[in-house]
Amino acid sequence: MIRLEHVSKSYGPSRVLEDVNLTMPQGRTTAVMGLSGSGKSTLLALVVGLQSPDRGEVWIGDDRMRPGSALTLRRRMGYVIQDGGLFPHLTAGRNIDLMARELGWLEARRRERVSELCALTRFPADALDRYPAELSGGQRQRVSLMRALMLDPTILLLDEPIGALDPMTRAKLQEELKSIFHTLAKTVVIVTHDVSEAAFFGDTIMVLHQGRVLQQGRFRDLVDAPADAFVTDFIKAQTERFAALGKMAPTLRKRAS
Amino acid sequence: MRTRSATFVFCVVCLLFRQVDAGPARAAEEIVIGSKKFTESVILGDIAAKLCASTGATPVLRQELGGTRLLWSALLAGEIDVYPEYAGTLAQEILAGDDVSNEEALKRALAARGLKKSEPLGFRDAYAIGMRREAAERLGVATISDLASHPDLRFGFSDEFLNRKDGWPALRATYGLSGAQLRGLDHDIAYKGLAEEKIDIVDLYTTDPEIDRYDLKLLKDDRGVFSDNEAILLYRAVVADKAPKALAALLKMQGRIDEAAMIAMNKAVKIERRSEDETAARFVQSTFGILDKARPESLASQLLARTLEHLRLVGLSLGAAIITAVPLGVVAYRRPLLGQVILAVASVLQTIPSLALLVFMLPLLGVGPAPAIAALFLYSLLPIIRNTASGLVSIPASIRNSAIALGLAPMRRLLLVELPIASPVVLAGIKTAAVINVGTATLGALIGAGGYGQPIFTGVRLDDFGLILQGAIPAAALALLVEGAFEYAERRLVPRGLRLPQGSAAAVAAVPEPK
Repeated sequence: MIRLEHVSKSYGPSRVLEDVNLTMPQGRTTAVMGLSGSGKSTLLALVVGLQSPDRGEVWIGDDRMRPGSALTLRRRMGYVIQDGGLFPHLTAGRNIDLMARELGWLEARRRERVSELCALTRFPADALDRYPAELSGGQRQRVSLMRALMLDPTILLLDEPIGALDPMTRAKLQEELKSIFHTLAKTVVIVTHDVSEAAFFGDTIMVLHQGRVLQQGRFRDLVDAPADAFVTDFIKAQTERFAALGKMAPTLRKRAS
Repeated sequence: MRTRSATFVFCVVCLLFRQVDAGPARAAEEIVIGSKKFTESVILGDIAAKLCASTGATPVLRQELGGTRLLWSALLAGEIDVYPEYAGTLAQEILAGDDVSNEEALKRALAARGLKKSEPLGFRDAYAIGMRREAAERLGVATISDLASHPDLRFGFSDEFLNRKDGWPALRATYGLSGAQLRGLDHDIAYKGLAEEKIDIVDLYTTDPEIDRYDLKLLKDDRGVFSDNEAILLYRAVVADKAPKALAALLKMQGRIDEAAMIAMNKAVKIERRSEDETAARFVQSTFGILDKARPESLASQLLARTLEHLRLVGLSLGAAIITAVPLGVVAYRRPLLGQVILAVASVLQTIPSLALLVFMLPLLGVGPAPAIAALFLYSLLPIIRNTASGLVSIPASIRNSAIALGLAPMRRLLLVELPIASPVVLAGIKTAAVINVGTATLGALIGAGGYGQPIFTGVRLDDFGLILQGAIPAAALALLVEGAFEYAERRLVPRGLRLPQGSAAAVAAVPEPK
């Protein structure tokens, strides 16, 4: 479980988060949704300790995130970001098991864990010797995910994990990620600006706007009982586009055949 | 593989250090002889060395160390034991602040500093003013006073002459010269300028063989500015205890070298292109009947010795700079405010002219390789610090954040992720420093550090183009070699993953996406 209590954060004069209180439940997937600049990436950065809150507290289970405790707490979390953040000088395999080596895992244990993860993420084991520059975008995100999962963390944090991929790869990876989340039953926080993605992944969805949490609930709650006009506008703006595409679908199918 | 090259580098560095350690060590019978950076002084140094050697002592020659001030400081500091000086220079320039009105006072002033002087060697070498005889006759100039009525004449004076109280300042004050057309030049270059009619008036020494060669007229010093300047030896009083036999041999030079002999030796070196060593050997043999047993060094062994000296200067200074500058670069990256201070200091060091920096080092570290290495070290800092910091700063935030989020401790993050990714930029900085160092190290010869600069400066002094090339060509070759060595090192040290074209465009992998 992740808990934020009265958390505020500014970068210079600009307020990014304003007195945020929230709980992300154990073993469930929470999607954090908002426009760019709404503070959603900062929220993840605070949870993993890349940033410290100006005011308020961040709790990971029963431990408060502080500079002194960050190192060990981070090892209970996996963090995946948009372009993967892979270390370009290390092969995929070394990217994945870097931290396990640091912690002194024996080779057999490391190899077993990596091959488990390859199976889970459907990553071809013979590509483990490749460098990030030799991998496709989708493969890189799989490696990034494996690296995050290597130590079997209880929490998985994903910041727009498939935002930079082409639509085909994206759809496939979405499916796979959902099944991975389901299999692992971890506490997952996924940050996205995409309503359909949030609805697809999120057991609960959190709408963040101008540094405040507007609403937290199931997708249906957001549609049926919006807490704010912005929630409706935000959802509508994207779903109407899909609706328009949906109407064109028969024409597209005809052309394709 | 990488470990093996690291071991190799380590061994080389150790070897270089050992040589430096061995350098200044002095055995009991050694006597260190210095000389100024002009031919006459070098010849006298050689003669002194040969006389010492004839008694079985080990003379250590520190030739062409620099100007009067430098030699005097080196003598006071005990860096050298003896060097040829001139009585007038001693009384009017070096000890100008003391009362040295008579011989007894002069000896007292020297004794207070633990020094002694020999009796005159037999010749005088005074300053004089000269111009081409043809021009002098055409313009009707016979005395220095006559110059006042020819303000358009171009003066080319040596720096030492310009700055000595008994030089240009005295001349200007006494004769009321304007010096409107005045230029500071190296003494040997001034003669070339005179021959090519780029300048009209030079300061010269009365024992210069060029007076004959270029058919120069010495202008009469009609108001008596220039004093007699008898050649002497200055030495540390302790030499009498430390090496009495060698000292006795040295003092044989007293009264044995007259003007004609000195001019002939200067001519042999500067005009007939014999080496100082050979010229000194002939003199010692004909005057003292002492045969010089030392064989002259072959060109190859000289080149090897200079190469080792040069590599030692570059290697040690660069090695120390890497050890210091990379951590400073890391500090600059982790603490940007402190980093600005570090970079500002390193930049200021970089702007100090190399010669000035070398001379600043002298009082701290004496003459020889140590001050040169220290100066080169300071010069190497900026490129390495700057590249280390900028290489680290340019690591994408996503990579940096991933490393933090993984739970790597700061030092491990630096070693495993940040420095390897920054390594191409860091290496480029080291390469820049190394190439600059190879060039700047030639200046080390000016303060007795040896290296490729030695033949270059001797060549300039003797107007010997071939000798200049003996230093210039290996220096250029070494710079290219260093450049090449770094290209190779880059291929070996930079992780392969970083040498691949980066970015998603290049990432069309042969491994198919899973279906």
